[in-house]
Amino acid sequence: MVTNEAYITGVGQSEIGVKQTRHPLLLTLDAVREALLEAGLTISQIDGVSTYPGRAAAMPGFSPVGADELIDALGIRATWYAGGMEITSQLGAVVGAAMAVRTGQARHVICFRTVYEAAALARPDEYPVQRRETVDGYSQWFAPFNAISAASWTAQYAMRHVKRFGMTREQLAQIALTDRAHALLNPRALVRKPLTMDEYLSARMISTPLCLFDCDRFTDASTVLIVSAGDAIDEVSCTPVRIDAMAGTVERHSWDQAEWMACYPTGADLWKRTDYKPSDVDTAQLYDGFSFQAVAWLEALGFCGLGEGGQFIEGGQRIALNGELPLNTFGGQIGAGRLHGFGFAHEAVVQLRGKGGARQIPGNPRVAVCASGGGPLATALLLARD
Amino acid sequence: MGTPRVLPRLDADNRFFWTAGAEGQLRFLRCQDCATFIHPPRPVCRKCLSEKVAPEVVPGTGIVDTFTVNHQEWRPGLEVPYVIARVAIDGAPGVYLTTNIVGCPVDAVQIGDAVRVKFEQQGEVYLPLFEKIA
Repeated sequence: MVTNEAYITGVGQSEIGVKQTRHPLLLTLDAVREALLEAGLTISQIDGVSTYPGRAAAMPGFSPVGADELIDALGIRATWYAGGMEITSQLGAVVGAAMAVRTGQARHVICFRTVYEAAALARPDEYPVQRRETVDGYSQWFAPFNAISAASWTAQYAMRHVKRFGMTREQLAQIALTDRAHALLNPRALVRKPLTMDEYLSARMISTPLCLFDCDRFTDASTVLIVSAGDAIDEVSCTPVRIDAMAGTVERHSWDQAEWMACYPTGADLWKRTDYKPSDVDTAQLYDGFSFQAVAWLEALGFCGLGEGGQFIEGGQRIALNGELPLNTFGGQIGAGRLHGFGFAHEAVVQLRGKGGARQIPGNPRVAVCASGGGPLATALLLARD
Repeated sequence: MGTPRVLPRLDADNRFFWTAGAEGQLRFLRCQDCATFIHPPRPVCRKCLSEKVAPEVVPGTGIVDTFTVNHQEWRPGLEVPYVIARVAIDGAPGVYLTTNIVGCPVDAVQIGDAVRVKFEQQGEVYLPLFEKIA
């Protein structure tokens, strides 16, 4: 092992569900336990914690557990920790952990993302959302026009692809259809029901061109990735997966002042930081909280050109489990649940270790790309099993 | 639209923008040194870092850069469907507003449509909505 590299070692996940009653800290513990078990580590060997976005007091379901709470609750002595929303999207927390282990700030860092949005919505007395009379900052440019949801913000980028590049509903449908087909093979996936093209095309619109099936839904779950230092890797019993390259971008932190989503410069930067090329990638796990975001990531990462994403996924064969670029093999967020970014890195590691079970892609995969973020924020990681 | 709206909280940075409709004008901050328009409003030019920024009136027209027809009732009382659009502001290169296109059927809006501001007053605040130029 190269000692100044960063590796993802143990990965873990809680049960994925809606309206869960298990305490969100205990869901996080479930994922921590699974990750520790896989890595052959004990909690006393953990000396760092990284999360996105940290505890969100105003929206407790969005992020019910802060890094400091987890540290205190599990008796961790951390020499480095971080959690916050001002980072290049969810997997920015993994980028931070990788930088921490590469500079000797910690040896084994728990990275976690816990979501509790369905439970919080069902139990508003326990998880009250702070409602405000007026909006300020970023929200003032959207909320007064009832542009309230990221569905509508993302839909406007998708509409440009429809009008400018001729992306059809049948093409875009392939993200949801592929996600739902893959979710059938993932015992933990939230939605385990096939989706047909007819059902997709007759679904009600949310915000054109995005229909109901183009959107993920509120989920309660926790996902954990342990990031370990190269010089601590001999303490780990599982096959380490090396973080070969990382990239992230923010320029205009705004959904309307930038011409393109931040995934585009991020994807270009990722390939400047590695000897691998897009053609070396065995599987892609790309953010799809809204289906179009995965289309944009495919273009951004150079699997096809700008505006060609619709054609690239047409028919769905190319992104199926046995296709040339298996996509979101755990079901993505549309099939597996709104794990909010971390599910993509988790699955990349599962596939590179050959632990995908019924959904394992063929051919001994060695290189995977995963990405999180839409709109003004983007993070991409290239992972390799050496 | 008769739909209730959440209003911006006026402060020292944004008051000129949200109240400009009282004079029927659309205003954006502009750098007085390098002429760059700055939106959202900040007390500094993002191009040249000059602090000499001041509101300037623009013609009040624009082009639909992209749009979506929202069908989801995100909160009770929201009248759907309605058009959310990103309008490229004439006379202020690089500046966009997220807004609503009003005064026409929702399926009449297309990318490239020329639009003109139509303010909706809510107390002190004048929301810049847009309608198609016939």
